[in-house]
Amino acid sequence: MDRLLFGDNQFFGVNHMSEEKARAQMMRFQDLTAVIDVLDNAYDEGVTSFMCTTHDRIAMVCDHMRSNPQRYKDFQFLPCMPYAHKYANAVTEDGMIGALKRFLPEEGIVNAALRGGMSLARKDIEGITTLLVDAEMKMFAGLNTPVIFLQNVVVDLLLGLDFKAAFRIFADHIKSRYNAEPGFITMNMPKLLDALEEVGIENPIVCANINKIGFRMCGGFEAYERALDEKKFRAIAMSVFASGAVPPREAIEWVCQQPNIQAIVFGASSKTNIRNTKSLVEEFWRIN
Amino acid sequence: MVRLAVVGLGKMGLSHYAMINAHPDVKVEAVCDSTGYVLDVLNKYTGVRTYTDFDVMLRDIELDAVIIATPSRSHGQMVEVALNENLHVFCEKPFCLDITEGERLARIAAERGLVNQVGYHNRFVGAFQEVKRLLDAGAIGAVTHVLAEAYGPVVLKPKGSTWRTQRTEGGGCLYDYAAHPINLVNWYLGAPQSVGGSVLNKIFSKDTEDEVFSTLYYEEGKSVQISVNWSDESYRKMTTKVTIWGTQGRIYADRQECQVYIRDGVNIPAGYQRGWNVRYTTDLTEAVWFYLRGEEYSAQLDYFVRCIEEKEGGGNINSFEEAVITDRVMSMMVADAEKRPPVTSGIAPRQAPGKKFGLLFGGRKAVS
Repeated sequence: MDRLLFGDNQFFGVNHMSEEKARAQMMRFQDLTAVIDVLDNAYDEGVTSFMCTTHDRIAMVCDHMRSNPQRYKDFQFLPCMPYAHKYANAVTEDGMIGALKRFLPEEGIVNAALRGGMSLARKDIEGITTLLVDAEMKMFAGLNTPVIFLQNVVVDLLLGLDFKAAFRIFADHIKSRYNAEPGFITMNMPKLLDALEEVGIENPIVCANINKIGFRMCGGFEAYERALDEKKFRAIAMSVFASGAVPPREAIEWVCQQPNIQAIVFGASSKTNIRNTKSLVEEFWRIN
Repeated sequence: MVRLAVVGLGKMGLSHYAMINAHPDVKVEAVCDSTGYVLDVLNKYTGVRTYTDFDVMLRDIELDAVIIATPSRSHGQMVEVALNENLHVFCEKPFCLDITEGERLARIAAERGLVNQVGYHNRFVGAFQEVKRLLDAGAIGAVTHVLAEAYGPVVLKPKGSTWRTQRTEGGGCLYDYAAHPINLVNWYLGAPQSVGGSVLNKIFSKDTEDEVFSTLYYEEGKSVQISVNWSDESYRKMTTKVTIWGTQGRIYADRQECQVYIRDGVNIPAGYQRGWNVRYTTDLTEAVWFYLRGEEYSAQLDYFVRCIEEKEGGGNINSFEEAVITDRVMSMMVADAEKRPPVTSGIAPRQAPGKKFGLLFGGRKAVS
C-alpha cells in the first residue's frame, strides 16, 4: 500500500467545514475533465492511489483510465463501498427490502438472480452481501483495486448492531473474488479493532480519523493512542487536518510521529496543495 | 444499566438501535417491528430478542425505557402504552399528528415523572446550540426576523407510496423536513402567535406536499419565514439553516458553522468581537461515545440516558411538551394553507400560450 492516498471528498461537495465551500467545489467538479485534471496532477506528483466512493461519476473516471492504459498503468483505485446516499435514498423510496431488491442484479446472469432471490428468501446475508459487492465492483473491471473498503456508515452501523459476522463475510469475499485486501473505514476505531479481532480478521487495514485535536475520534483520544501502540493492524489516517482546524505542517508532523500508521489519505483540489502535502509527508516520514 | 427496547426498525430505528446498543450504560433487551424480515436477520446474526407485537414484548420483558421509531401515525398510541407501563420514552419526530393527544401524553409523562424526549436532533448540533447561546446572551440584541430553511433531495420524481408519502401517516415534506427548522425556531423564539401565507405545494408527490412556505408571527412585529423543499437535488443531502436578524447584528448557522456579525453591541460574548465571527463544527462539537451519521444523533440518545440515570423527567431538552408546540405550528400551517388567499388582486391570471397556470397556482380559483 502506498503511504499517501488521494481521497475524493472534494469532487463530490463534501466539506466538513463549510457548505459554501462544498457547493463551490461541486460546481467546479461538475465537469469530469476538472476531476481528471486534478487526478492527473496527483498522479504526476507520484500520488497514484485513489480512494474513492462508488459514485456514478467514478464510473466515468474508470472509463477514462481504462481508455488510456499506458498513461495510467500505475494508477490504483481503492474503492469504498457502498455509496451510502444511493442506498439511503432507495430505502426512503422503497423500504428496506425494496431497496435491496433494486440493487440486486435482476437480469443477465441467471446465476446471480438465483443467488439473490434465494439469499433474500433464506435471509442469508452472505449471499446478499457478496452480490451487492459484485454490483458495486462492476465499474472497476480491468483496473487495479488492491484494497477494497467498506464505508464507515455501514461499518459503524454493523458495529453498533453487533453484526460482526458481516465483517468476516465481506473480508472473505474481497480476498477470494478480487484477490484484494479488505479495508474498513470507521469513526469508532478502538471498538472496531476489538470486533475485527473477535471474528478473526488478522492485521486488518482500518481507515479512521486520526488527528492532533481528536476530531471525530470516537472512543476517545487515549483509546486511539493505546490502539495504535498495542494492536496489530494497519492504520490509514484520514481527516488529519481535522477539516482545516490543524495547520498542514503541524498536522502531518504529528501524524507521522504516531506508531503503526501505514498511510495518510487526503483530499486536495490544487496542484500546489497536492505538492505541499506530498513534500510534508516526505519530510516527516522520509519516504521514497 | 438502563434496560431498553427499540420499536420500529426503519432507517431511523435501525440507526438508533446501533447507537444505543453501543452505549456503555445501556442494555438493549429486545427489538420490535411489525415486519419479521429485518427482525429475523438480526436475530439470526446477532442473537437479539425480537418481537412483532409491542404489547407482548412489554408483557414479556422488564424494561426501563423504550425508543419508538415507528411511522408517525402510531406514535401516540404506543407512547401512551409505554407511559402507562412507567417507561421512559424517546419518540421519533414528529411527535403526534393529533395535538390533543400529544398534550395529554405530555401531561401523563410529567405526572409520572418519566423522562420524555422527541428526536429533534438539530438541538444537539453544536452550531445550532451556539445560536441559542448567542441569542440568550443578547449578542445580536432583539430579534426582528428569522429565515429558517431546509432543502434536500428526497422526492425527485413521481413514485410509489410508503408511509412517508402519505400525509395521514405523518409523511410529507411538512412533517418530515419542515418540522426541523420549525422546531429550531420554536427553541429560539418559542411558540408563534399566528401563522399566515402558508403554501403546501406538490411538485412530484401525489398525496402530500413537496414544498412548504409560511410566515410565523410573533409579538412586536417579529416574524419568521419558513422555506422548505425536499425536491431540491442541488443539495447533496438534507441541509437545514437559519438566519437571524437582530437590532445588534445577524447570525447565520448550518450544521457546519455559525457565522455571526455583531454591530456595536453591548453584549458581546467572550471570545467574540465586533464585526464578523465564524465558529466551525470542529470547535463547537463535543465528542460522543459512538459515531454514526453525525454526533448529534449519539448526543441526543446519550442525553436521554443521562436524564434517566439522573431521574430528570420533564423540562428536559426536546420534551414532549416542546414537541407539541412544533406539532401545533404544523397543524396551524395546514389549516392556513387550506384557506383561500385572503387578499387577491381581482385580476384573473391570463393563460399564457402553451402554459398551464393551474399547475403554478395549485389549481386555485381567483376570487374577485
